[in-house]
Amino acid sequence: MRIEANTDVCIGAGQCVLTDPTVFDQHDDGIVMLITKHPEGEAAQRAREAVELCPSGALSLIEEPGDS
Amino acid sequence: MPASGDLADVEFPVARGCPFSTPAEYEQIREHSPITKVRLTNGGDAWWIAGHELGRAVLADRRFSSDRRRDNFPFVSTDPETRKQLQDQPTSMLGMDGAEHAQARRALMGEFTVRRMAGLRPRIQQIVDQHIDEMLSSEQRSADLVEALSLPVPSLVICELLGVPYADHDFFQAHSGPLVRHNTPPEVRARIQRELNTYLGALIDRKVTDPTDDLLGRQIAKQRAAGTFDRTSLVSMAFLLLIAGHETTANMISLGVVGLLQNPDQLAMIKEDPEKTPPAVEELLRYFTIADTVTARVATEDVQLGGTTINAGDGVVISGLAADHDPTVFTDPDRIDLERGARHHVAFGFGPHQCIGQTLARMELQIVFDTLFRRIPTLRLAAPLDDIPFKSDAFVYGAEKLPVAW
Ligand code: HEM
Ligand code: SF4
Repeated sequence: MRIEANTDVCIGAGQCVLTDPTVFDQHDDGIVMLITKHPEGEAAQRAREAVELCPSGALSLIEEPGDS
Repeated sequence: MPASGDLADVEFPVARGCPFSTPAEYEQIREHSPITKVRLTNGGDAWWIAGHELGRAVLADRRFSSDRRRDNFPFVSTDPETRKQLQDQPTSMLGMDGAEHAQARRALMGEFTVRRMAGLRPRIQQIVDQHIDEMLSSEQRSADLVEALSLPVPSLVICELLGVPYADHDFFQAHSGPLVRHNTPPEVRARIQRELNTYLGALIDRKVTDPTDDLLGRQIAKQRAAGTFDRTSLVSMAFLLLIAGHETTANMISLGVVGLLQNPDQLAMIKEDPEKTPPAVEELLRYFTIADTVTARVATEDVQLGGTTINAGDGVVISGLAADHDPTVFTDPDRIDLERGARHHVAFGFGPHQCIGQTLARMELQIVFDTLFRRIPTLRLAAPLDDIPFKSDAFVYGAEKLPVAW
């Protein structure tokens, strides 16, 4: 699984950082920054939740070959 | 479209029940359809969106406009003052669409990052502690929580955020309070609004000559560096932050306290384990969804929603309260259950306008609930629930007074 962030539509509400600060961070201007594109285990679960919660549609999940 | 026999006679807004259950009419509508035409007491009609999924979809859909000046923009609240305030303000980001909105929001977004808000935590804790000290020092062991805590805390937090100097805190509080209180006469409200705007203008001038490292100071520096300094728009932005961040947070403090006191088993959980407070805040935000009908829009083109056509120019109300009590998404929605996992509520809206101050609001609420119940564990309501005046026709739901004792 891979996360993609579309920084053009991010509105900086910080929902993702709140959900998992080990995967998501914000630049000083508020725009999302991925700490990792490939979260694993519980972090992967939380990243899925963050994608669901993101209000702007900036985050997406891409399932990759080899994902179980 | 006949919206079911009973509903044809209903006008919106309708008051919340006993005292905060979702109005019965909301349930009727939901059972009828997640999208229904309703009549507004203010005149005209609007589409009422009652489901969580559909509500989020509409709020994220760029074909709907937030521009409060458009004909048919549905103002559900019957409170004409707030409506006028919102309509007369120079357009703020709240009423902008598309690229214009993105530009205004991006200019401010960096001020509300999770990291920056965490930096405010110690100061917010201090503000809360000072007000609880004052409550505890009173002989009578009772207070109106609205005046003692709910109103002053968010007002002082906004002072902190904007960079209002300490010496002006009293002036700022004395002026922001009446804007929030329900019974302020319109002429007083208008005068106070003028005085606040004058004050904010002068504050900005001071920060131009004497730069400060706070929200306003940094906005000024950024604009001046880019050659785009615009005093008028900075005043209106500061005013928007006050309007959007003060009453909302104040009302959630009061209602949250009532919600917790009414559910002692839930309250016991957060008293025991402060880790439970963040999820409790989410659940209380969901349960009360105080800005129920703030999330309104106008269709800019014909839009198909489910089987229904919304015509260009139609008003749409995305009822946050209905979405957050959608039983297909939140089981047994009229119960406060802080362990349900409520973060997908729409109490802060959804889509590009989702509340810019949400991280700050969450932190304020967490600090207040944690500190209040730790320091005054015997806190209780000092009046029967039915006697507490709730603001059922206001733009954001809340309590006008909250007698408590300990
Ligand atoms: C519990 C407290 C709060 C609640 C329930 C709340 C609710 C909301 C909602 C529902 C919206 C979306 C409106 C729409 O879609 O048309 C919104 C937007 C906004 N809120 Fe909050 N809010 C709260 C606290 C705050 C605070 C503390 C601030 C700032 C200090 C703030 C500033 C704003 C601003 C500037 C917007 C407009 C954002 C935009 O248009 O992009 N709010 N709020
Ligand atoms: S939740 Fe979405 S909009 Fe908010 S900061 Fe993260 S990516 Fe940006």
